[in-house]
Amino acid sequence: MASKEEILTGLAEIVNEETGLETEAVQLDKSFTDDLDIDSISMMTIVVNAEEKFDVTIPDEEVKNLKTVEDAVNFIDNAQA
Amino acid sequence: MTRKVVVTGLGATTPIGGTVPELWRSATTGVSGVRAIEHDWVDTYDLGVRIAAPVSTPASEVLPRVEAKRLDPSGQLSVIAAREAWADAGFSGPNAEAAEEVDPDRFAVAFGTGIGGVWTLLDAYDTLQKRGARRVMPLTVPMLMPNGNAAAVGMDLKARAASITPVSACASGTEAFYQGMNLIRSGKADLVVVGGAESAIHPVTIAAFSSMQALSKRNDEPERASRPYDTARDGFVMGEGAGAVVLESEEHAKARGARVYAELAGAGLTSDAYHITAPDEEGRGAARALHETMQTGEFEPGDVKHVNAHATSTPRGDAPEAGALRRAFGSAVDDMCVSATKSMTGHILGGSGAVEAVLTVLAVHHRTAPCTINLENQDPEIDLDVVTDARELPSGDFVAVSNSFGFGGHNAVAAFRTV
Repeated sequence: MASKEEILTGLAEIVNEETGLETEAVQLDKSFTDDLDIDSISMMTIVVNAEEKFDVTIPDEEVKNLKTVEDAVNFIDNAQA
Repeated sequence: MTRKVVVTGLGATTPIGGTVPELWRSATTGVSGVRAIEHDWVDTYDLGVRIAAPVSTPASEVLPRVEAKRLDPSGQLSVIAAREAWADAGFSGPNAEAAEEVDPDRFAVAFGTGIGGVWTLLDAYDTLQKRGARRVMPLTVPMLMPNGNAAAVGMDLKARAASITPVSACASGTEAFYQGMNLIRSGKADLVVVGGAESAIHPVTIAAFSSMQALSKRNDEPERASRPYDTARDGFVMGEGAGAVVLESEEHAKARGARVYAELAGAGLTSDAYHITAPDEEGRGAARALHETMQTGEFEPGDVKHVNAHATSTPRGDAPEAGALRRAFGSAVDDMCVSATKSMTGHILGGSGAVEAVLTVLAVHHRTAPCTINLENQDPEIDLDVVTDARELPSGDFVAVSNSFGFGGHNAVAAFRTV
């Protein structure tokens, strides 16, 4: 099971792979849409890659609640438990 | 009065050159882009055809990683060729800065493909089978749709007048010129980026074309496999690539002081309604397309000095085209020299017409007809003056014609005039 720090690092790598954004730009307080300029299609790609990386399920209806990076880290952390 | 349409920019990525200057050097020195396919799947599926003509410069060496992964391979090649043409026409960009140079609402794209995102579709099916539905990526649809390439080019260059995707098999790239010409002549656009692309060297397409007996099986001599007009031709070689051309109204080009390579004199588009894959043996549909090209281009058979033929190297396809040229042009054909550049590039399917149009524009501009390689024994049924070594074209005004024909009975022709 990954720690919250490891989830953040892993998520930053996924975002970098999908968008080219520097991993350092992916901070807990950043909004996926407003700060990182990630559109809905890229967000779904990130979600699917995160599911595989952390071996969790993120239901489609949950994705709209993942507004910030911290929301995603917390959801994945809880889903692992 | 009909608005004159001129060519102001050229771009290409092909099996014999990743840029237009490289393509022209290879095409005038007689380089083959055909080679053995270097993929495990050739053995995995025990393919009978083991040769193809992939692009000489992989897209991954040109495009940034993140941009490339959002485009089908054919879309990657489209964007590469379109950007070269755009820069060659003297524009900066590709971005919103272009809006200062060209009104986006008067700027269109017509970019064809024969098959579209076949790699994306079949990769997604592999993913579905091996890893499940959840792993099929959300960009799959925009990447595989045939209009994806035109959309990618239009978004990149900010063209908002129209985005058109001619899909007429191997005539698609040339049909784009017909559409582009009419967008400018009708007054809807001042500038159109036209082109075509294909990236379909995949085991499924090889197997499918192979089962139709359309492909050369000269696996032991890849460089000699594509041999249009030769008695020993045994099929085409699948090529990969893209061509792009900036078309512009003459007044728009003049106003911004653009260099003009040639005039797009005219274009023609007809349908055989005869057989889904075989050409009309008498070449009637192709001849009608040539007639329309003369009519829209206001020229006579005697004005034509050079033809870039469709000539794919199939036993059944090459002769009817020769017949169509004679049917449309009469005895004036004897004064035309004909190049079959697929002998070097292989057959780029929906991209072939665009790449050959680039070569035809350059033939007019440099007054030089490119090579036809591998012609050792000319088929006696083909009564044409075929250019083997690059040949100088006459001084004075003349027209050069590029033909493309596609499964479905599509006939498309574009004609370029010296300026």
